[in-house]
Amino acid sequence: MRTNRCGWASVLLVAALGVTMAGRAQAADTGATFGTHWQDWQAHADVADLASLQRGARDFVGYCLGCHSLRYERWSRLGKDLKIPPDVLKKDLIPPGQNARDYMMSPMTADAAKWFGKQPPDLSLIARYRGTNYLYRYLETFYVDSGRPTGVNNLVYPSVAMPDVLSSLEGLKVAVYRTVEVPGPHGTRIKRQVFAHFRQIAPGSMTREQFNQFVHDTVNFLDYVSDPPRLERHRLGVWVVLFLMVFTTLAWLLYREYWKDVR
Amino acid sequence: MSAEHPEAAGSSEPRAKRGLWAWINKRLPVDSFISHELTGYMAPKNFNFWYFFGSLAMLVLVMQIGTGIFLTMYYKPGSAFSSVQFIMREVPWGWLIRYMHSTGASFFFIVVYLHMFRGLLYGSYRQPRELLWVIGMLVYLALMAEAFMGYVLPWGNMSFWGAQVIINLFGTIPGIGPAVTQWIRGDYGISGATLNRLFALHVAAVPIVLLLLVVLHLVALHQVGSNNPDGIEIRERTGPDGKPLDGIPFHPYYTVKDIFGVGAFFILFALVVFFVPTFHGLFLEKANFTPHNPLSTPADIHPVWYFTPYYAILRAVPSKSFGALFLVLALVSLILVPWLDRSPVKSIRYKGWMSRVALGVFVVSFVGLGYLGMQPVEPIYVLLARVFAIGYFAFFWLMPFYTRWERVKPVPERVVYHAH
Repeated sequence: MRTNRCGWASVLLVAALGVTMAGRAQAADTGATFGTHWQDWQAHADVADLASLQRGARDFVGYCLGCHSLRYERWSRLGKDLKIPPDVLKKDLIPPGQNARDYMMSPMTADAAKWFGKQPPDLSLIARYRGTNYLYRYLETFYVDSGRPTGVNNLVYPSVAMPDVLSSLEGLKVAVYRTVEVPGPHGTRIKRQVFAHFRQIAPGSMTREQFNQFVHDTVNFLDYVSDPPRLERHRLGVWVVLFLMVFTTLAWLLYREYWKDVR
Repeated sequence: MSAEHPEAAGSSEPRAKRGLWAWINKRLPVDSFISHELTGYMAPKNFNFWYFFGSLAMLVLVMQIGTGIFLTMYYKPGSAFSSVQFIMREVPWGWLIRYMHSTGASFFFIVVYLHMFRGLLYGSYRQPRELLWVIGMLVYLALMAEAFMGYVLPWGNMSFWGAQVIINLFGTIPGIGPAVTQWIRGDYGISGATLNRLFALHVAAVPIVLLLLVVLHLVALHQVGSNNPDGIEIRERTGPDGKPLDGIPFHPYYTVKDIFGVGAFFILFALVVFFVPTFHGLFLEKANFTPHNPLSTPADIHPVWYFTPYYAILRAVPSKSFGALFLVLALVSLILVPWLDRSPVKSIRYKGWMSRVALGVFVVSFVGLGYLGMQPVEPIYVLLARVFAIGYFAFFWLMPFYTRWERVKPVPERVVYHAH
């Protein structure tokens, strides 16, 4: 029962976020084409960008947590690392029935395997496993494909099981192919379809720039979650290296002093 | 008084005849050990850059044991993957200890490879140091076993499939192969039983063997004395006091020099631990950040960088059994170097051009194989791996010939040293 309540809470939160975003965003232009060089798209993840991480956390809770857990991240740690005040954390992020000390578990039940063909994976380490650029391109290259059970497909992950949960924000786009000739066996030429670009066919609640920012923030957040001590590590590392430089300089001077005797 | 309190370093005379220190020394040879192995151990004065890596290897060994003990306090083979994440995220300073340990593994091999290269460069394996070299090679083999087992413990998907590939190598032993692999795994496939025993071997059995071998390595070193970049036996030219003319007490001269080396080493080490602990997938691989999954083979299985030269040799040979055989031969060739080198001189400084070219070919081949061992199996890579494998083996198997044919330079009587 408890999981059900959380499930409804997530759905409500998603709806609430969706409405607020729709209110201030302009729809992407229908018919616009883009994405020829999608393989060069970069996530530009930056864990020092706290505002981006906070937006990413909000987006993750709104759009991802319904299915995907972060089983190694506690709500309290999220609040502490991203400087989210405890009352905001409690009011806006932690689902009812969960405590700050709990891990960020999805309300999704084992039935998910029946619905999607596989259990949605835990995303605690996904940024380290796949890399941030992969995640960015993955979230940016969903396209309409009526041949799939979910109605969508993905350039990075063909035949992906995940539905296009961000389509209300991004709108819908189709993949446009062009035909190229490649050499085949026995001197023949084979015609092959290769991806040319995307074409927007239905607007979402966000402009293309806003959506790119949304994906950037989400990927940035996943990058943080994959290695939470990173900020502390970098801060501390500077001092450790500076200390070692002073130590090594002194050690070198001591060595020169001793070795004056050696002829 | 002064006779009883000699100031000269290297004396084995007791410092005091009364008091607690004397009481201890009567029962435990602390003073005589220090004077014999440190203040009285005469090392050649012309050690260069390459001579930092022996003491650094010991430093890393101590660091690995220290950080390893702390990791053992929280690591649980039964929930291996989660317990590693628990260490990384929830144990105070756990991330630092774990990154030091994982980075330490790679730095151990960097340091040991440079240490071994030094030996090849200056002929440190030649008579009377053959056994010193062989013991060192046993340290290297134990280290490889230790590193492989340690790599399996986080129980990521690459851990699992890496263990699968490596343990299956034993299956190529004619006749008893399949039985041996099953015995090693303790199961019909890689399983929790395998993980538990690799944990036991990693934290208890192999470290004890490693420590013992390192002690033997040092005992053998102090028995025959250190070689030096000129490959001259300093003990053959002694002064009126019986001490080598080109020798200086290890302590304080080399201890103070090694402290500087330790500082420089730790700067590089800290840069990796604090800023790039995965080292772009080389020290901690991407595919190991997902839990082990017997149903999902990683797209491209390869071991960590320090094993890839041998892995490339394994894959370069068309038959798996012969590949495994050449892998073993690659290591055996290294062990046999003291008897393959027939040159009248030790150091590369006085060897001829053929030895220099051969050593260059060896280094290029080893690094090339290391790179290719990380690449997917493609015809061009396999071809290149074969070329480099020939280069690798040619260095060893042609050594008895080129070291005798080439013209060597005259070796000076005393070591070359320029005072600061």
